[in-house]
Amino acid sequence: MVEFTNYDILRNLLFATQWTILLSIAAFIGGSSVALLLTAMRLTRNSVMTKVVRIYVELFQGTPLLMQMFLCFFGLSMLGYEISAWGAAILSLTFFTSAFLVEIWRGCIDTLPKGQWEASRCLGLNFLQTLRYIILPQAIRVATAPTVGFSVQVIKGTALASIIGFVELTKVGTMLNNATFEPFKVFTLVAIIYFLLCYPLSWYSKILEKKFNVSR
Amino acid sequence: MLYFSDLLQYSDVFFSGLMTTVELTVLTTILGVALGTACATTRQYGNKASQRAVTVYVELIRNTPFIVQLFFIFFGLPALGMRLSPWEASMIALTINLGAYSTEIIRAGLGSISKGQIEAAKVLGLTFRQTLTRVIFVPAFEKIYPALTSQCIIVMLGSAVISQISVEDLTYAANLVQSRNFRAFESYLVTALLYLGLSILLRFAFNTLGKHLFTYRATR
Repeated sequence: MVEFTNYDILRNLLFATQWTILLSIAAFIGGSSVALLLTAMRLTRNSVMTKVVRIYVELFQGTPLLMQMFLCFFGLSMLGYEISAWGAAILSLTFFTSAFLVEIWRGCIDTLPKGQWEASRCLGLNFLQTLRYIILPQAIRVATAPTVGFSVQVIKGTALASIIGFVELTKVGTMLNNATFEPFKVFTLVAIIYFLLCYPLSWYSKILEKKFNVSR
Repeated sequence: MLYFSDLLQYSDVFFSGLMTTVELTVLTTILGVALGTACATTRQYGNKASQRAVTVYVELIRNTPFIVQLFFIFFGLPALGMRLSPWEASMIALTINLGAYSTEIIRAGLGSISKGQIEAAKVLGLTFRQTLTRVIFVPAFEKIYPALTSQCIIVMLGSAVISQISVEDLTYAANLVQSRNFRAFESYLVTALLYLGLSILLRFAFNTLGKHLFTYRATR
Protein backbone atom coordinates (compact mmCIF):
# COMPACT_ATOMS: atom_id res chain seq x y z
CA MET A 1 0.00 0.00 0.00
CA VAL A 2 1.22 3.48 -0.85
CA GLU A 3 1.74 5.75 2.12
CA PHE A 4 0.73 9.37 1.72
CA THR A 5 2.82 11.85 3.64
CA ASN A 6 1.55 15.34 4.35
CA TYR A 7 3.86 16.54 1.63
CA ASP A 8 2.28 14.16 -0.90
CA ILE A 9 -1.21 15.33 -0.01
CA LEU A 10 -0.28 18.98 -0.33
CA ARG A 11 1.62 18.42 -3.56
CA ASN A 12 -1.31 16.62 -5.17
CA LEU A 13 -3.74 19.28 -4.04
CA LEU A 14 -1.56 22.08 -5.34
CA PHE A 15 -1.19 20.25 -8.63
CA ALA A 16 -4.98 20.04 -8.88
CA THR A 17 -5.32 23.71 -8.00
CA GLN A 18 -3.95 24.72 -11.38
CA TRP A 19 -6.92 22.99 -13.01
CA THR A 20 -9.30 24.89 -10.76
CA ILE A 21 -7.58 28.13 -11.75
CA LEU A 22 -7.59 27.23 -15.43
CA LEU A 23 -11.25 26.28 -15.37
CA SER A 24 -12.11 29.50 -13.51
CA ILE A 25 -10.27 31.63 -16.06
CA ALA A 26 -11.86 29.82 -19.00
CA ALA A 27 -15.32 30.13 -17.45
CA PHE A 28 -14.80 33.78 -16.66
CA ILE A 29 -13.61 34.62 -20.16
CA GLY A 30 -16.44 32.62 -21.73
CA GLY A 31 -19.01 34.03 -19.33
CA SER A 32 -18.02 37.66 -19.76
CA SER A 33 -17.94 37.34 -23.56
CA VAL A 34 -21.47 35.96 -23.61
CA ALA A 35 -22.56 38.54 -21.03
CA LEU A 36 -21.14 41.30 -23.22
CA LEU A 37 -23.16 40.03 -26.14
CA LEU A 38 -26.31 39.81 -24.03
CA THR A 39 -25.76 43.31 -22.62
CA ALA A 40 -25.44 44.65 -26.15
CA MET A 41 -28.66 42.85 -27.08
CA ARG A 42 -30.42 44.41 -24.12
CA LEU A 43 -29.12 47.90 -24.89
CA THR A 44 -30.70 47.86 -28.34
CA ARG A 45 -34.07 48.19 -26.55
CA ASN A 46 -35.57 45.87 -29.13
CA SER A 47 -38.46 44.18 -27.31
CA VAL A 48 -37.74 40.70 -28.71
CA MET A 49 -34.05 40.92 -27.84
CA THR A 50 -34.65 42.14 -24.29
CA LYS A 51 -37.20 39.38 -23.78
CA VAL A 52 -34.68 36.76 -24.94
CA VAL A 53 -32.13 38.11 -22.46
CA ARG A 54 -34.70 38.12 -19.68
CA ILE A 55 -35.66 34.49 -20.31
CA TYR A 56 -31.99 33.50 -20.53
CA VAL A 57 -31.26 35.10 -17.16
CA GLU A 58 -34.38 33.62 -15.60
CA LEU A 59 -33.51 30.11 -16.84
CA PHE A 60 -29.90 30.09 -15.70
CA GLN A 61 -30.38 31.96 -12.44
CA GLY A 62 -33.44 29.91 -11.54
CA THR A 63 -31.91 26.45 -11.93
CA PRO A 64 -29.03 24.92 -9.96
CA LEU A 65 -25.58 25.09 -11.56
CA LEU A 66 -25.29 21.37 -10.87
CA MET A 67 -28.36 20.66 -13.04
CA GLN A 68 -26.90 22.77 -15.83
CA MET A 69 -23.72 20.74 -15.63
CA PHE A 70 -25.61 17.43 -15.69
CA LEU A 71 -27.63 18.61 -18.68
CA CYS A 72 -24.49 19.70 -20.54
CA PHE A 73 -22.56 16.56 -19.67
CA PHE A 74 -25.05 13.66 -19.72
CA GLY A 75 -27.69 15.41 -21.78
CA LEU A 76 -25.60 16.47 -24.73
CA SER A 77 -23.86 13.12 -25.04
CA MET A 78 -27.28 11.47 -24.88
CA LEU A 79 -28.37 13.62 -27.81
CA GLY A 80 -25.35 12.44 -29.75
CA TYR A 81 -22.81 15.21 -29.13
CA GLU A 82 -19.64 13.83 -27.57
CA ILE A 83 -18.53 16.18 -24.80
CA SER A 84 -15.77 15.82 -22.20
CA ALA A 85 -16.16 16.74 -18.53
CA TRP A 86 -13.85 19.69 -19.20
CA GLY A 87 -16.04 20.88 -22.08
CA ALA A 88 -19.27 20.42 -20.14
CA ALA A 89 -17.85 22.26 -17.15
CA ILE A 90 -16.73 25.23 -19.24
CA LEU A 91 -20.03 25.32 -21.14
CA SER A 92 -22.25 25.25 -18.05
CA LEU A 93 -20.05 27.68 -16.09
CA THR A 94 -20.20 30.03 -19.10
CA PHE A 95 -24.01 29.96 -18.97
CA PHE A 96 -24.00 30.46 -15.20
CA THR A 97 -21.42 33.27 -15.21
CA SER A 98 -22.99 35.16 -18.10
CA ALA A 99 -26.48 35.03 -16.58
CA PHE A 100 -25.23 36.68 -13.40
CA LEU A 101 -22.82 39.12 -15.05
CA VAL A 102 -25.45 40.43 -17.45
CA GLU A 103 -27.65 41.27 -14.46
CA ILE A 104 -24.78 42.91 -12.58
CA TRP A 105 -23.82 44.99 -15.59
CA ARG A 106 -27.41 45.92 -16.23
CA GLY A 107 -27.55 47.41 -12.75
CA CYS A 108 -24.34 49.35 -13.43
CA ILE A 109 -25.58 50.81 -16.72
CA ASP A 110 -28.95 51.65 -15.18
CA THR A 111 -27.33 53.67 -12.38
CA LEU A 112 -26.12 56.18 -14.98
CA PRO A 113 -28.66 58.99 -15.24
CA LYS A 114 -30.87 58.95 -18.32
CA GLY A 115 -29.78 62.50 -19.04
CA GLN A 116 -26.45 61.12 -20.25
CA TRP A 117 -28.14 59.31 -23.11
CA GLU A 118 -30.31 62.31 -23.93
CA ALA A 119 -27.41 64.77 -23.81
CA SER A 120 -25.41 62.56 -26.19
CA ARG A 121 -28.38 62.44 -28.50
CA CYS A 122 -28.55 66.25 -28.49
CA LEU A 123 -24.83 66.47 -29.22
CA GLY A 124 -25.47 64.38 -32.30
CA LEU A 125 -23.72 61.18 -31.20
CA ASN A 126 -25.21 57.99 -32.58
CA PHE A 127 -25.97 54.91 -30.49
CA LEU A 128 -22.53 53.29 -30.82
CA GLN A 129 -20.70 56.55 -30.21
CA THR A 130 -22.76 57.21 -27.09
CA LEU A 131 -21.92 53.74 -25.86
CA ARG A 132 -18.23 54.01 -26.69
CA TYR A 133 -17.50 57.54 -25.44
CA ILE A 134 -20.14 58.29 -22.80
CA ILE A 135 -21.71 55.20 -21.25
CA LEU A 136 -19.02 52.50 -21.21
CA PRO A 137 -16.21 54.57 -19.62
CA GLN A 138 -18.50 55.40 -16.71
CA ALA A 139 -20.20 52.01 -16.49
CA ILE A 140 -16.88 50.13 -16.42
CA ARG A 141 -15.80 52.13 -13.39
CA VAL A 142 -18.98 51.19 -11.55
CA ALA A 143 -18.91 47.58 -12.74
CA THR A 144 -15.34 46.64 -11.80
CA ALA A 145 -15.90 46.04 -8.09
CA PRO A 146 -18.99 43.78 -8.38
CA THR A 147 -17.44 41.92 -11.33
CA VAL A 148 -14.29 41.13 -9.35
CA GLY A 149 -16.55 40.13 -6.46
CA PHE A 150 -18.48 37.79 -8.71
CA SER A 151 -15.31 36.08 -9.93
CA VAL A 152 -15.20 34.53 -6.44
CA GLN A 153 -18.54 32.86 -7.21
CA VAL A 154 -17.05 31.49 -10.44
CA ILE A 155 -14.09 29.94 -8.62
CA LYS A 156 -16.45 28.37 -6.09
CA GLY A 157 -18.69 27.21 -8.92
CA THR A 158 -15.84 25.23 -10.47
CA ALA A 159 -15.92 22.95 -7.40
CA LEU A 160 -19.12 21.42 -8.82
CA ALA A 161 -17.20 20.19 -11.87
CA SER A 162 -15.81 17.51 -9.54
CA ILE A 163 -19.25 15.88 -9.54
CA ILE A 164 -19.23 15.26 -13.29
CA GLY A 165 -15.73 13.83 -12.91
CA PHE A 166 -13.48 16.71 -13.86
CA VAL A 167 -10.31 16.33 -11.81
CA GLU A 168 -9.78 19.64 -10.04
CA LEU A 169 -9.17 20.64 -6.43
CA THR A 170 -12.37 19.25 -4.88
CA LYS A 171 -12.15 16.00 -6.88
CA VAL A 172 -8.54 15.41 -5.85
CA GLY A 173 -9.64 16.20 -2.30
CA THR A 174 -12.25 13.43 -2.35
CA MET A 175 -9.80 11.05 -4.06
CA LEU A 176 -7.14 11.71 -1.44
CA ASN A 177 -9.74 11.27 1.28
CA ASN A 178 -10.61 7.85 -0.13
CA ALA A 179 -6.92 6.91 -0.20
CA THR A 180 -5.80 8.28 3.16
CA PHE A 181 -8.97 8.13 5.31
CA GLU A 182 -8.00 11.48 6.77
CA PRO A 183 -11.01 13.59 5.80
CA PHE A 184 -10.40 16.26 8.41
CA LYS A 185 -6.90 17.02 7.24
CA VAL A 186 -7.66 16.75 3.52
CA PHE A 187 -10.78 18.89 3.48
CA THR A 188 -9.22 21.49 5.77
CA LEU A 189 -6.37 21.83 3.28
CA VAL A 190 -8.81 21.98 0.35
CA ALA A 191 -10.79 24.71 2.11
CA ILE A 192 -7.62 26.66 2.88
CA ILE A 193 -6.51 26.55 -0.76
CA TYR A 194 -9.92 27.78 -1.95
CA PHE A 195 -9.80 30.50 0.67
CA LEU A 196 -6.36 31.61 -0.51
CA LEU A 197 -7.66 31.77 -4.08
CA CYS A 198 -10.87 33.62 -3.26
CA TYR A 199 -10.07 35.93 -0.37
CA PRO A 200 -7.65 38.22 -2.25
CA LEU A 201 -10.34 38.76 -4.88
CA SER A 202 -13.01 39.49 -2.25
CA TRP A 203 -10.62 41.88 -0.57
CA TYR A 204 -9.68 43.61 -3.80
CA SER A 205 -13.34 44.00 -4.73
CA LYS A 206 -14.02 45.66 -1.37
CA ILE A 207 -11.10 48.06 -1.89
CA LEU A 208 -12.37 48.94 -5.36
CA GLU A 209 -15.83 49.55 -3.98
CA LYS A 210 -14.49 51.94 -1.34
CA LYS A 211 -12.37 53.76 -3.89
CA PHE A 212 -15.34 54.22 -6.16
CA ASN A 213 -17.59 55.49 -3.37
CA VAL A 214 -15.00 58.09 -2.39
CA SER A 215 -14.58 59.39 -5.91
CA ARG A 216 -18.32 59.78 -6.23
CA MET B 1 -35.66 11.61 -29.56
CA LEU B 2 -36.94 12.57 -26.15
CA TYR B 3 -39.19 10.25 -24.20
CA PHE B 4 -40.78 12.10 -21.33
CA SER B 5 -43.46 9.44 -20.89
CA ASP B 6 -40.78 7.13 -19.43
CA LEU B 7 -40.59 9.48 -16.45
CA LEU B 8 -44.27 9.28 -15.55
CA GLN B 9 -43.98 6.08 -13.54
CA TYR B 10 -41.33 7.75 -11.38
CA SER B 11 -43.45 10.78 -10.51
CA ASP B 12 -43.62 9.73 -6.86
CA VAL B 13 -39.79 9.61 -6.70
CA PHE B 14 -39.62 13.15 -8.05
CA PHE B 15 -42.35 14.27 -5.70
CA SER B 16 -40.69 12.93 -2.55
CA GLY B 17 -37.38 14.46 -3.67
CA LEU B 18 -39.10 17.77 -4.23
CA MET B 19 -40.62 17.59 -0.76
CA THR B 20 -37.21 16.95 0.85
CA THR B 21 -35.76 19.96 -0.97
CA VAL B 22 -38.70 22.14 0.11
CA GLU B 23 -38.49 20.93 3.70
CA LEU B 24 -34.76 21.61 3.92
CA THR B 25 -35.18 25.01 2.25
CA VAL B 26 -37.85 26.14 4.70
CA LEU B 27 -35.89 24.93 7.73
CA THR B 28 -32.57 26.41 6.63
CA THR B 29 -34.17 29.70 5.63
CA ILE B 30 -35.58 30.12 9.12
CA LEU B 31 -32.45 28.95 10.95
CA GLY B 32 -30.02 30.66 8.57
CA VAL B 33 -31.72 34.05 8.76
CA ALA B 34 -31.91 33.73 12.57
CA LEU B 35 -28.17 32.96 12.68
CA GLY B 36 -27.48 35.81 10.27
CA THR B 37 -29.52 38.24 12.38
CA ALA B 38 -27.64 37.26 15.54
CA CYS B 39 -24.25 37.55 13.82
CA ALA B 40 -25.08 40.84 12.09
CA THR B 41 -26.26 42.36 15.37
CA THR B 42 -23.06 41.20 17.05
CA ARG B 43 -20.97 42.49 14.17
CA GLN B 44 -22.67 45.88 14.32
CA TYR B 45 -23.13 46.47 18.05
CA GLY B 46 -20.97 43.87 19.83
CA ASN B 47 -17.52 44.29 21.34
CA LYS B 48 -14.29 44.14 19.35
CA ALA B 49 -13.51 40.46 19.95
CA SER B 50 -16.95 39.18 18.98
CA GLN B 51 -16.99 41.48 15.95
CA ARG B 52 -13.73 39.94 14.80
CA ALA B 53 -15.04 36.41 15.38
CA VAL B 54 -18.08 37.12 13.20
CA THR B 55 -15.90 38.60 10.46
CA VAL B 56 -13.69 35.50 10.41
CA TYR B 57 -16.76 33.23 10.19
CA VAL B 58 -18.32 35.25 7.37
CA GLU B 59 -15.11 35.48 5.34
CA LEU B 60 -14.30 31.78 5.78
CA ILE B 61 -17.71 30.69 4.52
CA ARG B 62 -18.00 33.24 1.75
CA ASN B 63 -14.62 32.34 0.29
CA THR B 64 -14.92 28.55 0.16
CA PRO B 65 -17.27 26.46 -2.03
CA PHE B 66 -20.40 25.04 -0.43
CA ILE B 67 -19.51 21.50 -1.49
CA VAL B 68 -16.22 21.69 0.44
CA GLN B 69 -18.06 22.96 3.53
CA LEU B 70 -20.50 20.08 3.16
CA PHE B 71 -17.75 17.47 2.78
CA PHE B 72 -15.86 18.98 5.69
CA ILE B 73 -18.91 18.69 7.94
CA PHE B 74 -20.03 15.27 6.69
CA PHE B 75 -16.66 13.52 6.30
CA GLY B 76 -14.36 15.67 8.40
CA LEU B 77 -16.26 16.13 11.65
CA PRO B 78 -16.80 12.39 12.33
CA ALA B 79 -13.01 12.13 12.52
CA LEU B 80 -13.29 14.40 15.55
CA GLY B 81 -16.00 12.18 17.02
CA MET B 82 -19.08 14.01 15.77
CA ARG B 83 -21.29 11.58 13.85
CA LEU B 84 -23.90 13.17 11.67
CA SER B 85 -26.52 11.69 9.37
CA PRO B 86 -26.45 13.03 5.78
CA TRP B 87 -29.64 14.95 6.50
CA GLU B 88 -28.22 16.56 9.65
CA ALA B 89 -24.93 17.38 7.96
CA SER B 90 -26.60 19.12 5.02
CA MET B 91 -28.96 20.91 7.36
CA ILE B 92 -26.01 22.29 9.33
CA ALA B 93 -23.98 23.11 6.22
CA LEU B 94 -26.85 24.95 4.55
CA THR B 95 -27.65 26.90 7.71
CA ILE B 96 -24.04 27.92 8.26
CA ASN B 97 -23.76 28.92 4.61
CA LEU B 98 -26.92 31.03 4.55
CA GLY B 99 -25.99 32.43 7.97
CA ALA B 100 -22.74 33.88 6.64
CA TYR B 101 -24.28 35.45 3.54
CA SER B 102 -27.27 36.83 5.40
CA THR B 103 -24.96 38.33 8.04
CA GLU B 104 -23.43 40.53 5.35
CA ILE B 105 -26.82 41.46 3.93
CA ILE B 106 -28.51 42.18 7.28
CA ARG B 107 -25.52 44.17 8.46
CA ALA B 108 -25.97 46.49 5.49
CA GLY B 109 -29.58 46.96 6.64
CA LEU B 110 -28.54 47.71 10.22
CA GLY B 111 -25.94 50.17 8.95
CA SER B 112 -28.61 52.07 7.04
CA ILE B 113 -30.48 53.04 10.20
CA SER B 114 -29.53 56.59 11.09
CA LYS B 115 -27.80 57.16 14.38
CA GLY B 116 -30.38 59.75 15.40
CA GLN B 117 -33.06 57.05 15.60
CA ILE B 118 -31.00 54.98 18.02
CA GLU B 119 -30.18 58.03 20.11
CA ALA B 120 -33.82 59.09 20.14
CA ALA B 121 -34.82 55.63 21.34
CA LYS B 122 -32.26 55.89 24.13
CA VAL B 123 -33.56 59.29 25.17
CA LEU B 124 -37.08 57.89 25.27
CA GLY B 125 -35.84 55.33 27.79
CA LEU B 126 -35.94 52.21 25.61
CA THR B 127 -33.52 49.47 26.58
CA PHE B 128 -31.10 48.21 23.95
CA ARG B 129 -33.22 45.12 23.33
CA GLN B 130 -36.33 47.24 22.87
CA THR B 131 -34.47 49.57 20.53
CA LEU B 132 -33.40 46.59 18.43
CA THR B 133 -36.79 44.95 18.13
CA ARG B 134 -38.96 48.06 17.95
CA VAL B 135 -36.83 50.68 16.25
CA ILE B 136 -34.07 49.07 14.26
CA PHE B 137 -35.14 45.66 12.93
CA VAL B 138 -38.28 46.42 10.96
CA PRO B 139 -36.95 49.24 8.74
CA ALA B 140 -33.58 47.49 8.47
CA PHE B 141 -35.18 44.26 7.24
CA GLU B 142 -37.53 46.12 4.95
CA LYS B 143 -34.56 47.70 3.20
CA ILE B 144 -32.67 44.45 2.59
CA TYR B 145 -35.65 42.13 2.15
CA PRO B 146 -35.21 41.66 -1.64
CA ALA B 147 -31.49 40.87 -1.29
CA LEU B 148 -32.11 38.52 1.61
CA THR B 149 -34.84 36.56 -0.15
CA SER B 150 -32.83 36.16 -3.34
CA GLN B 151 -29.98 34.80 -1.22
CA CYS B 152 -32.40 32.25 0.26
CA ILE B 153 -33.33 31.18 -3.27
CA ILE B 154 -29.64 30.89 -4.21
CA VAL B 155 -29.11 28.63 -1.19
CA MET B 156 -32.12 26.52 -2.25
CA LEU B 157 -30.55 26.05 -5.69
CA GLY B 158 -27.17 25.33 -4.10
CA SER B 159 -28.79 22.58 -2.04
CA ALA B 160 -28.72 20.40 -5.18
CA VAL B 161 -25.19 19.48 -4.05
CA ILE B 162 -26.41 17.62 -0.95
CA SER B 163 -27.43 14.72 -3.20
CA GLN B 164 -23.68 13.97 -3.24
CA ILE B 165 -23.81 12.80 0.37
CA SER B 166 -26.95 10.79 -0.47
CA VAL B 167 -29.64 13.02 0.94
CA GLU B 168 -32.70 12.06 -1.06
CA ASP B 169 -33.51 15.47 -2.48
CA LEU B 170 -34.71 16.45 -5.94
CA THR B 171 -31.29 16.02 -7.58
CA TYR B 172 -30.93 12.61 -5.95
CA ALA B 173 -34.30 11.66 -7.46
CA ALA B 174 -33.07 12.77 -10.90
CA ASN B 175 -29.91 10.66 -10.55
CA LEU B 176 -31.92 7.67 -9.35
CA VAL B 177 -34.40 7.86 -12.21
CA GLN B 178 -31.76 8.29 -14.90
CA SER B 179 -29.79 5.35 -13.51
CA ARG B 180 -32.93 3.16 -13.84
CA ASN B 181 -34.24 4.13 -17.27
CA PHE B 182 -31.13 5.77 -18.81
CA ARG B 183 -33.16 8.81 -19.84
CA ALA B 184 -30.57 11.26 -18.53
CA PHE B 185 -31.49 14.29 -20.59
CA GLU B 186 -35.22 14.01 -19.95
CA SER B 187 -34.74 13.34 -16.27
CA TYR B 188 -32.38 16.29 -15.71
CA LEU B 189 -34.47 18.60 -17.87
CA VAL B 190 -37.62 17.86 -15.87
CA THR B 191 -35.68 18.32 -12.64
CA ALA B 192 -34.20 21.62 -13.81
CA LEU B 193 -37.72 22.81 -14.65
CA LEU B 194 -38.94 21.71 -11.23
CA TYR B 195 -36.17 23.75 -9.63
CA LEU B 196 -37.10 26.70 -11.84
CA GLY B 197 -40.73 26.37 -10.78
CA LEU B 198 -39.70 26.12 -7.17
CA SER B 199 -37.58 29.28 -7.35
CA ILE B 200 -40.40 31.20 -9.05
CA LEU B 201 -42.84 29.94 -6.44
CA LEU B 202 -40.46 30.86 -3.60
CA ARG B 203 -39.99 34.36 -4.97
CA PHE B 204 -43.77 34.75 -5.17
CA ALA B 205 -44.18 33.46 -1.59
CA PHE B 206 -41.47 35.82 -0.30
CA ASN B 207 -43.08 38.79 -2.06
CA THR B 208 -46.48 37.97 -0.58
CA LEU B 209 -44.94 37.50 2.86
CA GLY B 210 -43.08 40.80 2.48
CA LYS B 211 -46.31 42.65 1.77
CA HIS B 212 -47.75 41.33 5.03
CA LEU B 213 -44.60 41.85 7.09
CA PHE B 214 -44.00 45.46 6.15
CA THR B 215 -47.49 46.91 6.28
CA TYR B 216 -46.73 49.19 9.22
CA ARG B 217 -46.37 52.23 6.98
CA ALA B 218 -49.75 51.78 5.34
CA THR B 219 -51.73 51.07 8.49
CA ARG B 220 -50.47 54.01 10.50
